[in-house]
Amino acid sequence: MGHLEPVSGEDSLSRRKFIVTGISAAGGLALGFAFPGLAFARPLSSAPWSNDAVATNEINAWILIDPDETITIRIPHAEMGQGAGTANPMIVAEELECDWAKIKGEFASPNRNVRENNVYKDQNTVGSRGVATSWQYLQQAGASARGRLIQAAANRWNVAATECVAENGAVLHKASNRRLTYGQVAADASKIKLDKEPAIKSPDQFKLIGKPMPRLDTPVKVNGEAKFGIDSKVPGMVYAAIESCPVVGGTLASVDESGVAGKRGIVKVVKLKDAVAVVADNTWRAMEGLNALKITWNYGPGANSDSAQMKQLYRDTLNEPMVQARKDGDAAGVLAQASRVVEAVYEVPHLAHAPMEPLNATVHLQADRLDVWMGTQSALSTLQQGAEASGLKPEQVYIHNAYLGGGFGRRSKNDEMVQAIAIAKDIGKPVKLTWSREQDMRGDRYRPQAAAKFRAALGPDGMPLAVETKLAVGSINRSLGRPVDNGLEGQAVDGIANSPYKIPNFYVGGAMKNTHLLVNFWRSVGGSQNCFFYESFIDELAHAAGKDPLEFRRAMVDRVDFVGVIEKLNEKSNWKTKLPKGQGRGIAVAENHGSVVGTVAEVTVNDRDQIRVDRLVVAVDCYHVVNPKIIEAQMESGAIYGLSAVLYGEMSVKAGQVQELNFDTYRVVRQAEAPKIEVYLVPSGGAKWGGIGECGTATIAPAIANAIFAASGKRVRELPLKNVKLSQLASI
Amino acid sequence: MVTLKVNGKTHALDIEGEMPLLWALRDEIGLTGTKFGCGIAQCGACTVHVDGVATRSCSVPVASVAGKNITTIEGLASADGKLHPVQAAWVAEDVPQCGYCQSGQIMAAAALLREKPNPTDADINGITNICRCGTYIRIRRAIHRAATTKA
Repeated sequence: MGHLEPVSGEDSLSRRKFIVTGISAAGGLALGFAFPGLAFARPLSSAPWSNDAVATNEINAWILIDPDETITIRIPHAEMGQGAGTANPMIVAEELECDWAKIKGEFASPNRNVRENNVYKDQNTVGSRGVATSWQYLQQAGASARGRLIQAAANRWNVAATECVAENGAVLHKASNRRLTYGQVAADASKIKLDKEPAIKSPDQFKLIGKPMPRLDTPVKVNGEAKFGIDSKVPGMVYAAIESCPVVGGTLASVDESGVAGKRGIVKVVKLKDAVAVVADNTWRAMEGLNALKITWNYGPGANSDSAQMKQLYRDTLNEPMVQARKDGDAAGVLAQASRVVEAVYEVPHLAHAPMEPLNATVHLQADRLDVWMGTQSALSTLQQGAEASGLKPEQVYIHNAYLGGGFGRRSKNDEMVQAIAIAKDIGKPVKLTWSREQDMRGDRYRPQAAAKFRAALGPDGMPLAVETKLAVGSINRSLGRPVDNGLEGQAVDGIANSPYKIPNFYVGGAMKNTHLLVNFWRSVGGSQNCFFYESFIDELAHAAGKDPLEFRRAMVDRVDFVGVIEKLNEKSNWKTKLPKGQGRGIAVAENHGSVVGTVAEVTVNDRDQIRVDRLVVAVDCYHVVNPKIIEAQMESGAIYGLSAVLYGEMSVKAGQVQELNFDTYRVVRQAEAPKIEVYLVPSGGAKWGGIGECGTATIAPAIANAIFAASGKRVRELPLKNVKLSQLASI
Repeated sequence: MVTLKVNGKTHALDIEGEMPLLWALRDEIGLTGTKFGCGIAQCGACTVHVDGVATRSCSVPVASVAGKNITTIEGLASADGKLHPVQAAWVAEDVPQCGYCQSGQIMAAAALLREKPNPTDADINGITNICRCGTYIRIRRAIHRAATTKA
């Protein structure tokens, strides 16, 4: 049996005409759709999975040019809303000197990457790396293709390549007024080997990079065409629903299947070590079948924990020996001598990622081949994971990455695919496994719970003389089965250990402590808790010194990026103007995922303990701007994501079971609560390119907490705010 | 047998009357533009129009909408492919990020504009569809833009 391509629904088939676009690597037909009466262009296909075969019109693995001048650029990274699907091709096109209107994007094949010695480099879309670590080789791919197109035209004219230039999709020989389009020389160019790779442009030469180009994926995301993993359908496919043990670490004891006996459409009840799946001929029937089972679990030791016990665990861990992450001067010594020590303990709970698209995977397992249709942030690691789970070789595994219905870190570890492979093995058919929202919340790998203890002493000038930070936090490495080198992982102290503030005696230590819950990367990672802790405490120090919180920070930095962000916030937030009683303004700045970001929040508090966030002013220095529109959108996105966590985010635990299993209890921000958000880009240039997908979340919590203090005199030291009664907090 | 009229086309489906409309659309008819997000009418990713009214299809049994006019995101544009003003506004404002909730957001906005051609910000706040990418600011802007272009 050959390679299955997803098929569309009946309705689509009746409206659209099938056309054959190519032959897949396995010899099967790859199907595409023609759209009669096309109302607008679709520069990215609604079905984003890559072509795994080598196409005949490739200039190199990254660029395809058709005789009709259409240029297809391969996108190495996943598109989960962060904009790599537009930003990556912009970088290639910058060097290619072509007409942006003729560009099509196509996602690069993870399987080909494995077969062809890592030709697409890093396809794991994590750590805000989509542009920050790929710009150089994307530029090089474009420059290399341009060089070969020029050489091909020069050969045709029998002139030196140095006499020719590339411009707007064509090669020109100005001396003889001759011109060949890329489409005319593409076939020749694909055979050319250059003696030396052309140099890439420097930022001052950019023409396309920096422009607010419309996103390439918008057209297919406004009419229902865009295919997410959950929309996959392959011939002969059945549907599965799953429930894992409500206590993480527990196992399945037994299943009473009498409830599904005689129910329509049920194919099989599949028992896994720690979960039960029901396979049926429709997603709803599978979910209903699951509900009809009586499942008995062995809960295991995790069942002995609850929220209060877990909170105490992290508080207690603060008193354990710390692993040193940074030491400047002698903070402990200075604090021992200080006449006044400012102290505070901060805490945050576990958080779910809750992407809009619940996790899912569609798997077709054959003797010598595994095909998976899903949305993954980590196509390459997922491919390896698929090889392990199926017992096949990596080159036999095909990950057909779809549009991701949100990632935020959750889709970097694909438990759903491993489950789907186990189910497919059991039933011997292609299967789509869809997690319910409840399973998505229960089966999440959460943002770690954490606590921090600070001690500080101010100098005679009111500026910090010594700051000591002790952190207790869940280890992501341990949850992923990776070692924790030297007892402390980088993300545990990120946001504090890399503090830019000039504090002569500065100590940061951490201790890793895990509960039975699994933890993982969550948008802005260490910054999501540490920036709240640290930037709130810095605010406490400013107030203890009687200094303006913005000026206090400004006086402690000399880095151009931090100064630029603080000064932009000062200007755009009208920091110096007074707000009416009951309102307050708070600032926070941080370095996160390679960029420097800051937020000024404006809040209103009332005497009924209600808090409303009115306005967020965000400034970011990511050094180089590929697409300002996408960066602004990412800052807004990060702000709303952070705001949901500040107001409501919490996984509470009873008898080891997470309680918030859907959006009724895991509340998130909706339109009515979305504040005004203003975004300002202050790129300072230089050698480094910053990340943009995550940093927007990092400073939201502290800016809001600091604004609450300015409005009320009450210091919020734990989140979420839904649990905080301002009237019951001591005034400072 | 349940007869559903979706985007002007009639589907006679041999399915249970209690099957939620969402799953009949997605798994039986093959219209996957309408999304599953929560299953309990909280998030709105599954929003469609039933006789013009925004409806959370995950929580509506097909028996209750048999014979009614159901419109999904696939049927919002006109037959010649011309985008609905809300879709056009979404393109102009580059609203979507991950895009998963946007079918529901667009359907909710289109229903609002049908009812209130010039919605206020307070009217727009009445849309409770969740977007985890936080595109709310752009959604608001796009709804105002669509109202202007419609008028």
